[in-house]
Amino acid sequence: MTIETDVKALEAAVKSAQSAGDNAWMLTCAALVLMMTGPGLALFYGGLVRRKNVLGTMMHSFAMMALITVIWAIVGYSLVFGEGSAFIGGLKYLFLEGVGKDPNGDYAGTIPQATFMVYQLMFAIITPALISGAFAERIRFSAMALFTTLWAFVVYFPMAHMVWGKGGFLNAYSGGVVPCFDFAGGTVVHISSGVSALVCALYLGKRKGYPAEAMKPHSLVLSTIGACLLWVGWFGFNAGSALSASGLATSAFVATHFAAATAALAWLLAEWLHSGKPTMLGGISGAVAGLVAITPASGFVKPMPALMIGLIAGFFCFWTVTVVKKMFGYDDSLDAFGVHGAGGTLGAILTGVFATNAVNDTPINGKVVPLGWMDGNPMQVLNQGIGVLITVALAAVGTLVILRICDLLVGLRVSPDEEEDGLDLSQHGEEGYALEV
Amino acid sequence: MKKIEAIVQPFKLEDIKEALKNVGIDGMTISEVRGHGRQKGHKEVYRGQEYHVDLLPKTKFELVIPDERLEEVLEAIMAAARTGKIGDGKIFVFDVGEAIRIRNGDRGQDAL
Repeated sequence: MTIETDVKALEAAVKSAQSAGDNAWMLTCAALVLMMTGPGLALFYGGLVRRKNVLGTMMHSFAMMALITVIWAIVGYSLVFGEGSAFIGGLKYLFLEGVGKDPNGDYAGTIPQATFMVYQLMFAIITPALISGAFAERIRFSAMALFTTLWAFVVYFPMAHMVWGKGGFLNAYSGGVVPCFDFAGGTVVHISSGVSALVCALYLGKRKGYPAEAMKPHSLVLSTIGACLLWVGWFGFNAGSALSASGLATSAFVATHFAAATAALAWLLAEWLHSGKPTMLGGISGAVAGLVAITPASGFVKPMPALMIGLIAGFFCFWTVTVVKKMFGYDDSLDAFGVHGAGGTLGAILTGVFATNAVNDTPINGKVVPLGWMDGNPMQVLNQGIGVLITVALAAVGTLVILRICDLLVGLRVSPDEEEDGLDLSQHGEEGYALEV
Repeated sequence: MKKIEAIVQPFKLEDIKEALKNVGIDGMTISEVRGHGRQKGHKEVYRGQEYHVDLLPKTKFELVIPDERLEEVLEAIMAAARTGKIGDGKIFVFDVGEAIRIRNGDRGQDAL
């Protein structure tokens, strides 16, 4: 009797210790992922635009930190993680009802559900912020706010539910019809935002004067700081997606870092050969491309494949940004599609190639099975491809419909005069750099 | 009184200041400017997008001196600013109608 009580007490103590460790890590990761949006992405994008648009561009990221948070608290979390259909969650967690310190065993059994909720919120914040690279320097603030709100409901919540939600159509770990592996959001975050970005760039049209006028980045110093913050924050994004302070988190951390390194080198090398000089902008663009590509794969691949994925992503995204963009002539101003759409797609497919249960032995339907092609499951590449196609279709159609609605309701583009003045003055009535009082 | 405007290579800033100090000139105004004469610009590449930059960074000196000191000051600036290559810059000399020290109302050469 006393032994039984002792064992129970011991079990409770062990559980509590694990929960404390996991919770500390996951709260840290949530903070790291928020840092990716502000100041990370805000600085990265802010530096790439002309100085008259620096605040307007930073606002596109910053506003998401407030706007999406409110939507997430009221209904967003429930629509992604509440039990529902294969395509969208239900209203079980409306107003975060029942989301507190008790864990939700369906997703993360060792941390308070509120931790899981706030961690996932940070993903919902950065995803629409990524799109802003495509409509930079010419969208009205009101249209941007309306667009991103609708986009969360029409594209992000269904995508996240399908891939990560219980019973989701693409969720490999919950009986999904098409089992896809997307560890940290290659489809949900990067393909969805990247493809939507391309649709935005095509719908809104080019910036006034593009490409005849010089529109060079006004501060690559800001962009470099931003990109390095993204790199650091990405550890929270990918390693945190293990949802525990586990060996899997370490594996994802290593893969993430390795892919960023080779992708940065690949981009630098490509432009060195192509135009004669390696550039700072090329280095940071490559690093981000590698981080994007490793995102879906990070919790499934060993270090050497991670180096390989980064290397391919660096060359591939350099090609989409410099060659493909010029070929088709669209004005994806800050290359949201060229980096996130292209890199995300590449990463999703390569996840199907390199995923191995030697890294991730989470059981599927109760047993550990071969994951990717290298593991002896070549069909997974096809599954990943279907996942990509579904994401592309939902993002493209959804974005087109939303853009039409926003255009009719508030008008998407600023007037030519306002565009000339810049978003800082015309949309916000302030300037980024005031040299005199 | 003469006003000298010298537009020079930015990296010559310290040399010219030193040279002016050596001929006893203390007062001057310096600004960072952009421009070009016969000097060709350069190419910059941002993510494969090429830009030709023809307005190059220059430093502009402005100083007002008594007429009789003009030649020695010009010599000092030229000697310090010259590299012999295109892009060394230009010097312009203007007649000055009046100079006033705001603090006490001194006028003419006394205000310099």
